Amino acid sequence: MPPRAGRRPSVRLLGLVLAVVMLVAVVMLSIGFGARFLSPGEVWAGLWNPDSPYYRIVHEMRLPRTLLGLMVGMALGLAGAIMQALTRNPLADPGLLGINAGASAAVATAAVFFGVGTFFGYVWFALAGAAIVTAMVYAVGGGRSATPARLALAGAALNATLLSYVSAVLLSDTQAIDKMKFWTAGSLASADFATVERLLPFFVVGLLTGLLVARPLNALSLGDDAARALGANPSVIRTAVIVAVTLLCGSATAACGPIVFIGLLIPHMVRPFTGPDLRWLLPYTAILAPVLLLGADVLGRILGSPGELQVGTVTAVLGGPLFLYLVRAAK
Amino acid sequence: MTTLERPAVRNRSIGSRVGIRPRAVVVGAVAALGAFVISVFSLGTGDFAIAPADVVTTLFGEGNPAHEFIISELRLPRLVTALAVGAALAAGGAVFQSLVRNPLGSPDMLGVTNGASTAALTVVILGGTSTQLSIAAVAGGLAATLLIQLIAGRALHGFRFILVGIGMAAILTGISGYLLTRGVQMENARALLWLTGSLDGRDWGQAVPMLIVLGVTLPVLLLVCGPGLRMLEMGDDSASALGVPVSLLRNGSLLAAALLVSFAAASAGPVNFVALIAPHLAKRLTRAPGPNLLPSIAVGALLLTGADFIAQHLLEDRALPVGVVTGLVGGAYLVWLLTTERRAGRI
Repeated sequence: MPPRAGRRPSVRLLGLVLAVVMLVAVVMLSIGFGARFLSPGEVWAGLWNPDSPYYRIVHEMRLPRTLLGLMVGMALGLAGAIMQALTRNPLADPGLLGINAGASAAVATAAVFFGVGTFFGYVWFALAGAAIVTAMVYAVGGGRSATPARLALAGAALNATLLSYVSAVLLSDTQAIDKMKFWTAGSLASADFATVERLLPFFVVGLLTGLLVARPLNALSLGDDAARALGANPSVIRTAVIVAVTLLCGSATAACGPIVFIGLLIPHMVRPFTGPDLRWLLPYTAILAPVLLLGADVLGRILGSPGELQVGTVTAVLGGPLFLYLVRAAK
Repeated sequence: MTTLERPAVRNRSIGSRVGIRPRAVVVGAVAALGAFVISVFSLGTGDFAIAPADVVTTLFGEGNPAHEFIISELRLPRLVTALAVGAALAAGGAVFQSLVRNPLGSPDMLGVTNGASTAALTVVILGGTSTQLSIAAVAGGLAATLLIQLIAGRALHGFRFILVGIGMAAILTGISGYLLTRGVQMENARALLWLTGSLDGRDWGQAVPMLIVLGVTLPVLLLVCGPGLRMLEMGDDSASALGVPVSLLRNGSLLAAALLVSFAAASAGPVNFVALIAPHLAKRLTRAPGPNLLPSIAVGALLLTGADFIAQHLLEDRALPVGVVTGLVGGAYLVWLLTTERRAGRI
């Protein structure tokens, strides 16, 4: 069987179960890993039993970080997958195309010029920034003339512009540099329950929209006319995708800074297994992307100990070579 | 047959055979003149104002000793650095854009500048001197170029080099972000200032190495690589049929461009967008094919000195780093470029 067509449905279902098992394992590892290592049994007790000695450590310190990683991973992975489907461009990644950088530029503006310091303040700016860049990227890359390289290059240029704006803004305020430096690198370290709670509504709406467009996006991949004949409205679908990408990337970036490559790699690694059908691809991506993000976070904590490496750095350094491999393997 | 061809051959002047076009000469001359005018003004302004006429006489060595000291010791190094860095970035950008055949394929998008910044940032965080920083920047830029080319394989043109470069830039940005979190507040401010690109406090120590590199690479680029690159833009097969040693030319031009860009980053930091915009503007103005090296260089020098002049005088209470101005102007230009080029189907 050619790999592009994907595996049989029963095998795919089994794979999905396996992916969930992997996710649970990584979640346990992420909760268990820290100054004192907790075994899976201790993690389990700490999660559910209020009398356990680990209840406070797990709930107050480790669970928020893990939950945030879970949500951000799902958000970035899913956003990448639907962006790739919409632009029909295998290299569309919210990080590489500058969408996350758009959100960061808006957040830096909020922090320095408007004195905003909380997630709830950031998130509106981040959404606005992400929306503007998403619309721009789509305007540039949505057309038929845009090849993958050209779209990626346009995104890189936008990225450079926005990042130079961020450092220019931060330069005007030395305290802001110190406050924002972890955020600029992409980190889960500042996670708490308040952030998780506030991210949740944006995340849920984005996630549901993203998963629901799977079917109509499948139809759209046949071209606008075929999609219409199949009962889908192309402009409604495109708007829905752009809204979902904006919600997912904007809120994820507001919570933990710009992170690249998650949205690119997971759909690529999953596609040979599931085939191009988004009804399989999207759930797989949503489950495996947080595995990568949380895994990178745990790895960053191991490698950087006694401090930590920011997850954004780990995903760039791990994901980058994989990206280069994909580029080389493409032809 | 021969009688038909003869008039055409006779009409070609020597200039058109070596690729000199009147329009390009005019554009280059006007840009160079603009750079000179801005230079005179920026040499004349400061805590002690000097009239433009006095600046010119001092430059020709006939001014009074006070002016002589202020201009040649205090203000000229910065200006020469600006001119040289602008020229170097523009030349490097022109070669890159011509090699990858894309108006956005400049070294600051393709990871070369990021290589220089990441290496320099490491030195800043470790508390190194500014000489060590410059050496690291040059080494970093060259190493990144080499790595990109090794990974991209033999296909230097086209999409693979671009994609590998973008991937490299993303990896290096991630590493830079990590390095920034390692420094304490003062080092971070220094690092971020360097990362933005600034000409503050430049002396002859920064200007001279840049001038030497320009002096060595520019003649090679202009006389040897320029005409070859123009033929290379028609495609590898046509170029090699016309007797161009394709891979030698490519690797040589790439090396020269990487040297120019790395030294520019070492002297002024990774000033954004000059390498992207200058060749592009020059191409638009001259309407000529090929890398348009000479007009690009003049436009680059004009852009960077102009941007530095604006950066120093935009706010009344303090001077901005030049990278802020090039970043903002460049961003605006880029948005415009993306929309128009897309309409024209080139991006």
